Amino acid sequence: MDFTVASMLAFEGIANGALYALLAMTIVLVFAVTRVLFIAQGEFVVFGAMSLAQLSLDKLPSTVWLLGVLLAAAILQELFVGIRGRKPNRDLALSISRLAIVPLIVIGVTGVLVPLHPPVGVKALLSLALVAPMGPLLYRLVYRSLATASVLTLLIVSVGVHFVLVGLGLVLFGPEGYRTPAFLETSWDIAGVPVSGQAVLVIGMTVALVGGLYSLFTFTFRGMALRAVAVNELGARIVGLSAERAGEICFTLAAAIGALSGLLIASSTTIYYDTGFLIGLKGFVAAVFAGLASFPGALGGAIAVGLIESFGSFWSSAFKDSIVFAAVIPILLWRSVFFSVAEEH
Amino acid sequence: MTQVSQVPAKRWSQRPASGWIGNWGYGAVALVVLLIPLLPVPELVITQMNYIGIDALVVIGLVLLTGICGLTSFGQAAFVGVGAYATAYVTTALNWSPWAGLCLGLLLTAALALILGVITLRMSGHNLPLATIAWCIALYYVLGNMDALGRYDGLVNIPPVRIFGLSLQNGRHYYYLIWAFAGLAAFGTLRLLDSRSGRILRAMNPDHGGGATMPEAMGASVFRHKLLAFLIAALFASVAGWLFAHLQRTINPSPFGIGRSLDYLFMGVLGGVGYIWGAFVGAAFTTVLRDLLQDWLPKIFGGSGNYETIVFGILLIAVLKISPGGLWSLVSGRFETKRPEIGSPGRDTLPRRTKPQAGERLLDVRGIHKQFGGLAAVQNVSFSLGAGEIVGLIGPNGAGKSTTFNLISGALRLSEGEVVFSGKRVDGVPSRSIARLGLSRTFQHVKLVPEMSVIENVALGCYQRTDSGPLAAIFRTDRREERKALAEAEWQLSRIGLKDVLFEKAGNLSLGAQRLVEIARALATDPVLLLLDEPAAGLRHGEKAALAKVLSQLRQERLGLLLVEHDMNFVMGLADRIVVMEFGRKLIEGTPAVVQASPDVRAAYLGLEAS
Repeated sequence: MDFTVASMLAFEGIANGALYALLAMTIVLVFAVTRVLFIAQGEFVVFGAMSLAQLSLDKLPSTVWLLGVLLAAAILQELFVGIRGRKPNRDLALSISRLAIVPLIVIGVTGVLVPLHPPVGVKALLSLALVAPMGPLLYRLVYRSLATASVLTLLIVSVGVHFVLVGLGLVLFGPEGYRTPAFLETSWDIAGVPVSGQAVLVIGMTVALVGGLYSLFTFTFRGMALRAVAVNELGARIVGLSAERAGEICFTLAAAIGALSGLLIASSTTIYYDTGFLIGLKGFVAAVFAGLASFPGALGGAIAVGLIESFGSFWSSAFKDSIVFAAVIPILLWRSVFFSVAEEH
Repeated sequence: MTQVSQVPAKRWSQRPASGWIGNWGYGAVALVVLLIPLLPVPELVITQMNYIGIDALVVIGLVLLTGICGLTSFGQAAFVGVGAYATAYVTTALNWSPWAGLCLGLLLTAALALILGVITLRMSGHNLPLATIAWCIALYYVLGNMDALGRYDGLVNIPPVRIFGLSLQNGRHYYYLIWAFAGLAAFGTLRLLDSRSGRILRAMNPDHGGGATMPEAMGASVFRHKLLAFLIAALFASVAGWLFAHLQRTINPSPFGIGRSLDYLFMGVLGGVGYIWGAFVGAAFTTVLRDLLQDWLPKIFGGSGNYETIVFGILLIAVLKISPGGLWSLVSGRFETKRPEIGSPGRDTLPRRTKPQAGERLLDVRGIHKQFGGLAAVQNVSFSLGAGEIVGLIGPNGAGKSTTFNLISGALRLSEGEVVFSGKRVDGVPSRSIARLGLSRTFQHVKLVPEMSVIENVALGCYQRTDSGPLAAIFRTDRREERKALAEAEWQLSRIGLKDVLFEKAGNLSLGAQRLVEIARALATDPVLLLLDEPAAGLRHGEKAALAKVLSQLRQERLGLLLVEHDMNFVMGLADRIVVMEFGRKLIEGTPAVVQASPDVRAAYLGLEAS
């Protein structure tokens, strides 16, 4: 392996790592605030990628139906719980309309825009807008009433969510794979290393989002409220911060960032309805580096996963996934030796 | 100790529930299962039953891990794969006997499970599922890319199992082998749970109010018990893999991927993850449901594919939200069995520690200090305690009394200072080792296993005085020792006035009674020093008097007692000396009379008088 090959692999690794970093950070965020190990995170990647792929073919994306199904289920649940709890009709109508307004607008706008052949940027935004509301809907449908459940129960529930989303993905997208055109076709040559515009875009997006999340948590009230809920849910509730609201925000971010990763990855990888699980789990591997607790750690872990993957595929492409996932074991060994005492409390 | 022999030889530990079917129900089901292959049922039924038995074997392990111990593994399919590939490789490439393949698979599985377990089980609970997901995926790609293992095509021509020269090629014959293993696994696990180690396993589940602190305070290593549960689950999966390989006679990596692991978890949760028999219900129900859905769903959605995962996912979420006990919990009440309680051990009792001489120094606390971030919860506290002495630790709320308890018993680490117990430095020593030296305690927030009977809860205290291992439990060679342990538990309970509720579930008792059960459990460890955290809270007047009498008697038996208590009448009437704490510091130490007269103590409790 000479320097050029090594730097090519390193660049590819960092670009992939940047994608995993996006997923790893949302996984850490969701876990910190809601204690949910959200193993269905990868499904949002698929939904984002599929929406853009279908929009690129000027078809109405199937995610419209998915959003509709989730919305209908959430409304039914709201009605059921509301009627059983003898909630006043006014309150019920209000909470349902609060729930439904964003998804309905998104579905409406998509329906109007698709026949007009909008530019690719608009299509990307539409894809994000279609997937992002699925996060809070899922939270309301599944996790909200389980706020006091154990990490283990929430994890197994997430397995159920994963089953449902993958199954629905198969119904809606079929077994075929999709690819999207790259946002940036250009490519530069830096010191003999080809650098694709798309990869630069991925890294740029990641840096921007990391910065955005950092300022959200450091400077805004909402972000600080999320941190407060993450540290101590009961205490946050006592001072008037809603854990439910925090959960909804987290799942919105998870869905939006997942979809964004899907938009960025779909030009270089063929996406099938079940591709997301493995991608999401690589995000988990990165998050394990950070003990599921720190954002900079997750970022570092994600870059490491990307590098392990790209160098691993150079040495033995068949064993690339084995190498990435087997890397968890030494990471956990390292963590158990140096961090296990701290984690007990 | 003479009371022991008055115990009647046999009693029933559980009263029959309404609609009770009991042992007859189990017998009838077992008979049906045994008769099926002899009946003229279609071959399909036999095939299905064979797969159900294999799945159930995996799920029993998962029930032990998830429902009993509160851990979970997403790597069970990978252990099935190890068992299957081990036997497939050595029987095809090396012409070994399938039984040698079974042994090799078990050895490999044990080694892998120990490595994974040792690495992850010391850390918080979510690391095991994450590590096992990763290991399951990694193994899948390794199996699929190894030339020696036939890559994704797998291995073919695996020979059938032979027993005493009889080939089990016929599904109806192999059926008995599968169900023998599944039945043995279920009975073995039930026996294990009803034993010394089993009580610790049942006390660890954080979902059922358990955790690490209490078992460690009883002298048990929670880490080792987690490892035990994980190892057993992995070995069951490995045996299932062996059965699977010799049933199919050809294998490839696909049934050993992460998706299959999630299926096993689904079966466990659906059947009832807290019940061994739920594993069978879950496996059977899932197999039948999957067949139905695979017939019907493609007609609804058109095309083909695994549409049943949608229904499975919704079912999984619904079960966890609506009926976390799964299907088995709906009928478990009817299957409650009468279990004859173990009879009297006669004169046989557990060995007792030699008690120290009266006045011998038991505990020396020297300048202990505990810092929680910016808060100094305990600062420079020193006191000592001798055998046959009762010392009361009092002070306003938040004075650091319970923290002091946790520091002495090893539940928390000291920031500074030293603790000497029975002449040995014990600061920095894990609480289970301190417990083994003869220090026992109760907890401010009661830590009983609510689903377990009162007598079993107290028998947890006998853990460190007995030494039967899990194998002894499975082969029932531990019964003599169990009888002694339960008799000891019963004696301690009758001593504390709870003889009438031996077989009640601990969670059904009043809080005051639960505190007494904790004292009985602490006494069952045969301690020389007893730390009691608010023993009289929640007791009525008469009960308090009775408790005081028991504690004075313990003093006469030359135990040392350290009490945290808010009931001043109780503590002043009982203690030889009082240590008063305020804001983490020791305020004063002296006889009850001295302390009562102290203006500083009045100021601490009531505030300063305006002058």
